[in-house]
Amino acid sequence: MAVTKICGIETEYSIIQRGVVEQNPVHASSILVDAYGQRYRIADDTGVAPAVHWDFQDEMPGNDARGFAPMGSMPPIVETHLVNAVLTNGARFYVDHAHPELSTPECANALEVTKYDKSGEIILQRAMEYANQNLPEGEEIIVYKDNSDGKGNSYGCHENYLMDRLTPFGEIISHATAHFISRQIFTGSGKVGCEIPGIDSELIPFQITQRADFFEEEVGLETTLKRPIINTRDEPHADPKKYRRLHVICGDANMSETATFLKVGSTAILLSMVEDSYLHKNYFFENPVAAMRNVSHDLSLKAPLLLKDGSSITALEIQWEIFASAKQYIGDGGDEFTGGEVAHQIIATWERILTGLESEPKKLLKEIDWVAKKILLDQYAEKKKISFFDPRIRSLAVQYHDIRQEQNIVGKLGMKNIISNEEVEYGVTDPPSGTRAYFRGICLKKWPESIVSANWDSIVFKLDDNNLKRVPILEPSKGSKSDIDRLVSEAITPRDLIKALETVV
Amino acid sequence: MANQEYSDNKQASESDSSEETTIEPTSSNISSEIADELDQILDEIDSVLESNAEEFVKSYVQKGGQ
Repeated sequence: MAVTKICGIETEYSIIQRGVVEQNPVHASSILVDAYGQRYRIADDTGVAPAVHWDFQDEMPGNDARGFAPMGSMPPIVETHLVNAVLTNGARFYVDHAHPELSTPECANALEVTKYDKSGEIILQRAMEYANQNLPEGEEIIVYKDNSDGKGNSYGCHENYLMDRLTPFGEIISHATAHFISRQIFTGSGKVGCEIPGIDSELIPFQITQRADFFEEEVGLETTLKRPIINTRDEPHADPKKYRRLHVICGDANMSETATFLKVGSTAILLSMVEDSYLHKNYFFENPVAAMRNVSHDLSLKAPLLLKDGSSITALEIQWEIFASAKQYIGDGGDEFTGGEVAHQIIATWERILTGLESEPKKLLKEIDWVAKKILLDQYAEKKKISFFDPRIRSLAVQYHDIRQEQNIVGKLGMKNIISNEEVEYGVTDPPSGTRAYFRGICLKKWPESIVSANWDSIVFKLDDNNLKRVPILEPSKGSKSDIDRLVSEAITPRDLIKALETVV
Repeated sequence: MANQEYSDNKQASESDSSEETTIEPTSSNISSEIADELDQILDEIDSVLESNAEEFVKSYVQKGGQ
């Protein structure tokens, strides 16, 4: 049975440091995260608790949802030595591999995720500002919100969805695969060229997504090599008997708020339908990896995708079918698990975007990233009378992902916002109200000096010099504003809070 | 119900495509109003574009991540 689709996004940003002889992205990323933390020491309203570090006790990224790890699979490595910070909005800001990464707090619906993804951009923007103030003259750190350097190196934007443990993983695989392949038509951020080894970029001057070229398997545990369309990491960060967390690694990072909203919203509804056994049609692809790439490489949105029974279907047709079920499901009470009013907003957006893609994609210039990027590049090439393979086109394609205010191309384009500036600003410092992230964030705001460490499912309080107390929060929907606001505001010390919590439980 | 909606959409798609031969967003088929607006935006974007695009693109190399 469906559970509330608590969800979040983790974004790895690309990073460059100008003015240095040799790039050291790990070092540059550390400078960035540190600079954001340092600022807290002089002004306490920036939303950072620098003394609070990530607690790795419960990290188990090697667990496989299939219950076994196939021979030769490479589970992800937890890098405990790198810089990690927990923010007062409930997010985690850290260095992962050679990139700065921001994980949004757990959010109760797709609109909230969109807000915290945007707040994440502001956090990165400020981190750059603070870091650059301390760098020697001529040096500058810049990050981009993209997923590929155009030279075969990719880094991810992962989504996470809370799911019912009882739903068979095989059911998730078959329905989610069809959605991940077909949703690319609105989740893609657009890319110049192709990064599949052995394929000439000039054959594919522009494609819909940044990521499709990097997927080589249907199902698996890896995230950095031989990436699978369905990732099997089984690390719920919650009660494992009740929940699983579906870790989705095949999406693009979006500049467009509409695209982020629809990416997360449509997926949350699809997964709820899977939990409620609401979907009766399966799509068995002849070759899912090839289908993923075909959709990304086909700007006409008409490429037939071969199914095992010999028939074929287009991505747009699959999306219309999933949408039709989703609309019915939401009307049938499915909105209870997918954000209430927000679920209806997702349905309306979904219908409008599919209609636009079907009839006149160019009209989605201010809502869908790949459409915006393609039109901008085409117009720029025409204006400058240069070919699509001119370095200026590639440069503009990278700069499309620049999140700095002055250089923000989607801002200049007038990309449609669905979250107000005030809400985005609130999300920089304050946690979402409907999940356990509220508890994490509000405690960090109130008692930054008394929290030793925190992670997704617990907080360690320092009660006095000799006593630490770990408070587990294994239920992602508990610890919301309505659950604990009164207790936190009445407590003067963490000890008071813990005592009050014990009485409640 | 789902199938009914789907076939309606499919028909819509087929009739659309018979009237319009291309649905790719290309410079040649955006309206003149949008083209004018974009022209101004591109002037603005020009001021923030990398002055040495070739060097920028060449040096934009990342370590692979997740």
